Amino acid sequence: MSALSRDDVAHVAMLARIQLTDEELDRLAGQLDQIVGWVGQINEVAADDVPPMSHPLPLTNVTRPDEVRPSLTAEQALAGAPASELDRFSVPRILDEG
Amino acid sequence: MSTHTESMEVEDVVAYDEALTRFDPVLGLEVHVELNTATKMFCGCATGFGADPNTQVCPVCLGLPGALPVVNATAVESAIRIGLALNCQIADWCRFARKNYFYPDMPKNFQTSQYDEPIAFEGYLDVDLDDGTVFRVEIERAHMEEDTGKSTHIGGSTGRIHGAEFSLVDFNRAGIPLIEIVTKPITGAGERAPEVARAYVSALRDLLKALDVSDVKMEQGNVRCDANVSLRARVGDDPSAEEQLAVPLGTRTETKNVNSLRSVERAVRYEICRHAAVLDSGSSILQETRHWHEDTGVTTSGRPKSDADDYRYFPEPDLVPVAPTRERVEELRATLPEPPAERRKRLQSDWGYSDLEMRDVLNAGAIEVIEETVAAGATPAAARKWWMGDLARRANDAGTAVTELGVTPAHIAELDGLVRAGRLNDSMARQVMEGVLAGEGGPTQVVDARGLELVQDDGALEAAVDKVIAANPDVADKIRDGKVQAAGALIGQVMKEMRGQADAAKARELILGKLT
Repeated sequence: MSALSRDDVAHVAMLARIQLTDEELDRLAGQLDQIVGWVGQINEVAADDVPPMSHPLPLTNVTRPDEVRPSLTAEQALAGAPASELDRFSVPRILDEG
Repeated sequence: MSTHTESMEVEDVVAYDEALTRFDPVLGLEVHVELNTATKMFCGCATGFGADPNTQVCPVCLGLPGALPVVNATAVESAIRIGLALNCQIADWCRFARKNYFYPDMPKNFQTSQYDEPIAFEGYLDVDLDDGTVFRVEIERAHMEEDTGKSTHIGGSTGRIHGAEFSLVDFNRAGIPLIEIVTKPITGAGERAPEVARAYVSALRDLLKALDVSDVKMEQGNVRCDANVSLRARVGDDPSAEEQLAVPLGTRTETKNVNSLRSVERAVRYEICRHAAVLDSGSSILQETRHWHEDTGVTTSGRPKSDADDYRYFPEPDLVPVAPTRERVEELRATLPEPPAERRKRLQSDWGYSDLEMRDVLNAGAIEVIEETVAAGATPAAARKWWMGDLARRANDAGTAVTELGVTPAHIAELDGLVRAGRLNDSMARQVMEGVLAGEGGPTQVVDARGLELVQDDGALEAAVDKVIAANPDVADKIRDGKVQAAGALIGQVMKEMRGQADAAKARELILGKLT
């Protein structure tokens, strides 16, 4: 049984703003389905008493004190920006009209 | 009705009272609170308002590759204290999650938020309504997240997102700690739904201020409200009756970024009237976000809920879980201030103010300054008289806050002390206040410099009384005949004789003593 359909891959690609050709979709759907299947094997060995984890280290409460540290200058911050104006990042208009 | 500047058609609305005859409104309020921490949620950049653009940014809050976030300890504590003050349970263990979407004011292409493991959940806030009743708003959750950058849209119609040619983004605000507080569906409010919405945000703001976790300036966006409104068929006359609560909820709309108390009430009211018109016409409500327009008092359609709302949440791999110990939670609970509503009741009782007087004080935002003034030694009556009277008028004329006039609670207490010690009368106290306002120093200094002290020399006062009685035999006879109110004319002349620097009560006493 296929865990991940071609439509699923197309949907996730759209959400992630990744443009895929039909051939890429065919190929990736197959590959990703295999990968999900492999990862799914973990479910076979993890019993109900093994909680899902999001982090490999058994750490909690790693925090820093609320003390100001130096920031970048605007010049440094904008150094990698494709376009800037008035010390701000310039970006294409946000909503498509129509 | 005015038309909107965008090419939006003005939509039909039903009169509010009429809408309420057929529909039962249900609300859901989401309030975003910017914390007043010195630094951002996940990096050490400063959070000050009004800094030059992109000067409070670093690789973490700009989302540069390889940058790693570290949680601000104070922000977590503020989140827990907010949760406790909202009578919530505090999670033993919870994680941050990535909320993935694309928008240029969010440099990482995800917002670090919390998803199904909020730090605080299942609470309530009791809200005072104008008629003195208390309405309980149930809290679903309060979770930690971060603010976005600020976009300025250039071109097209100024400042509007539609028609903008390009946008300029300042990331100083990106990463400032936010707490999002979400209510459960608010049912049972009936026709008072708009008032409940306003009163809830107002009570929440007071609570956050008392906790000292946010600057709570709505005009600066420290507190922002999204208002969800839906209507369902009304059954019966009691909005909290079982049969009414059993009616399934209607489709909701979410009006974003309503940023004043008055607007919260107006926006909810408008949406109720608009929903009613849509439903009356036989159409259905489209689930969508709406934009509130302060100037025209209407909402316009934003974007519909769609596939794009699939945020692909997943646990944030760059942050470890937050697991507050029960001991720490109890320590934080011990730091909670007296709930604002209880504090108000206690102070009103301590001060002996009437309901009306107390409401005026609250509306004027003078409760703190009066509390400090009473603590400095003034009587509650004198504190109220000065701050709500002459000083309030003066501040109003100057277009400033009463606390910005240069008069301190200690000044009022000192002045009140001079009056109560019989060293100043009321009109002299006003002159002393003029001196303090003019920057001539504290009350005692002004008294000395202006030579305003009441004449304590009874001999001088008595001589003046004798002189005035002798000069006004007709009036004196009237008083002798029992017309005590005629003494007022003589007291006025005695005060004039003393150039205002006499105790009028004492003058009256002397006059009546001599003539009756």
